[in-house]
Amino acid sequence: MGETTSASYRSNGPALSPETMKQAYKDMLLIRRFEEKAGQLYGMGLIGGFCHLYIGQEAVVAGIGLNMKQGDKSITSYRDHGQMLVAGMTPRGVMAELTGRAGGYSRGKGGSMHMFSREKEFYGGHGIVGAQVALGTGLAFANMYRGTDEVSIVYFGEGASAQGQVYESFNLAALHKLPCIYVIENNRYGMGTSIERASASKDLSRNAEPWGIASRKVDGMDIFAVHQAAQEAMEHCRSGKGPFLLEMETYRYRGHSMSDPAKYRDRAEVEEMRRTRDPIETLKAEMLRNGIEESIFKDIETEVKAVVADAVEFAQTCPEPDPSELWTDILVEA
Amino acid sequence: MASLILMPALSPTMTEGTIARWLRQPGDVVKSGDVIAEIETDKATMEVEAVDDGVFGKVLVPEGSESVAVNTPIAVLLEDGEDVAAAENVTRSADPAVGASVAVETPSAPAIVEAPAIKQADDEKDWGETKNITVREALRDAMAAELRRDEDVFLMGEEVAQYQGAYKISQGLLDEFGEKRVIDMPITEHGFTGMAVGAALTGLKPIVEFMTMNFSLQAIDHIINSAAKTLYMSGGQMGCPIVFRGPNGAAARVGAQHSQCFASWYAHIPGLKVVAPWSAADAKGLLRAAIRDPNPVVVLENEILYGQKFPCPTDEDFILPIGKAKIEREGKDVTLVAFSIMVGVALDAAAKLAEDGIEAEVINLRTLRPLDTETIIKSVKKTSRIVSVEEGWPVAGIGAEICTVAVEQAFDWLDAPPARVCGLDLPLPYASNLEKLALPKPDWVVEAVRKQFGD
Repeated sequence: MGETTSASYRSNGPALSPETMKQAYKDMLLIRRFEEKAGQLYGMGLIGGFCHLYIGQEAVVAGIGLNMKQGDKSITSYRDHGQMLVAGMTPRGVMAELTGRAGGYSRGKGGSMHMFSREKEFYGGHGIVGAQVALGTGLAFANMYRGTDEVSIVYFGEGASAQGQVYESFNLAALHKLPCIYVIENNRYGMGTSIERASASKDLSRNAEPWGIASRKVDGMDIFAVHQAAQEAMEHCRSGKGPFLLEMETYRYRGHSMSDPAKYRDRAEVEEMRRTRDPIETLKAEMLRNGIEESIFKDIETEVKAVVADAVEFAQTCPEPDPSELWTDILVEA
Repeated sequence: MASLILMPALSPTMTEGTIARWLRQPGDVVKSGDVIAEIETDKATMEVEAVDDGVFGKVLVPEGSESVAVNTPIAVLLEDGEDVAAAENVTRSADPAVGASVAVETPSAPAIVEAPAIKQADDEKDWGETKNITVREALRDAMAAELRRDEDVFLMGEEVAQYQGAYKISQGLLDEFGEKRVIDMPITEHGFTGMAVGAALTGLKPIVEFMTMNFSLQAIDHIINSAAKTLYMSGGQMGCPIVFRGPNGAAARVGAQHSQCFASWYAHIPGLKVVAPWSAADAKGLLRAAIRDPNPVVVLENEILYGQKFPCPTDEDFILPIGKAKIEREGKDVTLVAFSIMVGVALDAAAKLAEDGIEAEVINLRTLRPLDTETIIKSVKKTSRIVSVEEGWPVAGIGAEICTVAVEQAFDWLDAPPARVCGLDLPLPYASNLEKLALPKPDWVVEAVRKQFGD
């Protein structure tokens, strides 16, 4: 049987070097600023359709990203901008896809919810809640079939954890000992429905227990805790012990999508989270406690703002896809 | 420098809104994320957050203002340290916060972009010597040949390995290829189909066997949304070389839930290819082509045909092109278009019609997507009459498509309205007599043709 620890996974002090902390801070800040800008461009009508922002959840992908190595695959739902940036996809390519331009990762044919990178082993960007869990299990299956020690990281929300295929996937992954890390990003609300109203299981970290899948419940607002849990899960998977489940307790500051007035929760709840649990501020405080100079934060801020500004400029100036793109990529020419 | 806060679009369809309330006063320090206003949209009252840090300078559009267009400047934001008085100098024509020169383009009338013509495969070559084998053997031989040829090919499904196949299609494959490549799955179509599609996105080439295509309904989201659309959604980066196969349509007295034709369901989907073999040669040649194809291919087999013998080329390299129909019988008076088990029904009907001096041409479609319209239209222009024959239901079926193609592309050649012969529009019953009454038989085809001749 796998081990399930239901106690919150918190570190005692930093397990990260100053360089790694700076990297993590930069990764998280890039996501935060990128998403703020995306929200702004949406407001200006430059981004259309559905757009789901990652603000508040940055520590989850950043902490896991610190433990990924070349060849590791990742896949997620439609709240995917953070995952892509951490996978190493360019802010330009992601932002240009958001604006539906030829320079986007899908040449404007995917949009916010559907971006992929063969090069960075990022497999989307999926709009059907829970579908990425079975697909991600297949990525892990491919790792096993090819005999590599690569790991597949499969992100899904606590809302998706009500889908049947999630449990079909747990069964398959456990049966075949697939190197798959399932990451439940529990941000408490599946669109407007709180976890309490959607799940009879009150501790999602135990949802894979019947299949003997090892799991951890993690403070997903604390990058140290995320890092530590990810490290354990990675080692577990790479050594052939089969899948691992991480429940990340996290929080999204913005609505489910841009058109969500978020009336299902108190403004005070959001404010409280931002004030006391913000993942970026938490890391910054820890870095300051560890003697990292105040000035580097300004430097990182300046650098990140420049990267985002460059992405925005690119996303606004590169052309829309040529009309002939309508008929490309429907089938691979045999 | 002072910047403008614009009326935001807060939903995919919002074009204007009402400023319900301003929550900040000039002089207030605001941080990115602070709520500065409430706006009523077509859907709800939404809170508007500041996207930059600064000092709230001035309200340009007072609260209560209705029908404020998206992108209208509604307030001024000053940089930290900037004097509030600076806001007074900012007019509505000042640069907006982002993208000063960006105009939101109004789309002009789109030019009509025609679908490119589908390149037709070359005529079938002569494969020489044949041997009589069953469709079952043909399917197994096809999989064995491709498993031998390519290490990335593997077979997965319920009872495919140790049980040797629920319908014995995979007999012997476990022994030859081992459990790494012939993999038993639990009864979990949704999960294992998703898993197979995920593996295919990395470049592996799974063959997913559904015990019957009825169970593919459990997995149809992955077949359509995950397998068929990902290439397009990824701008051509991620193809999905996968085969979904299994017996389709009615078997014999297995009731409504196990007796359905999914031809029109899958043929409807851009991004999929769909083949429906009739003979052993069709089965072997098309399945090999499906496994080699870099796209998702649905192979609709037929349980009743599994045990039937047909001549099949013995050449080791035998393969058939996807997208090319076959004329099984030549004729000049009427074109009968069929696929899968209905090819046999159409041939029987043609034999009966011949007794009355009507020479029917029988087209075995072999592929349902892309449809070989060239062969159909060429035949119709010769015969001036067309009858489609399918086991599935009539509404929005394959026959509806074929008749439309004939009308669109050969209207002036037609001497009679195109006709459809289909299974009856009802769930298939169990009772032997009722089941027989519900499925197309040669007499129905003969009757449809006679009607076209005015009988």
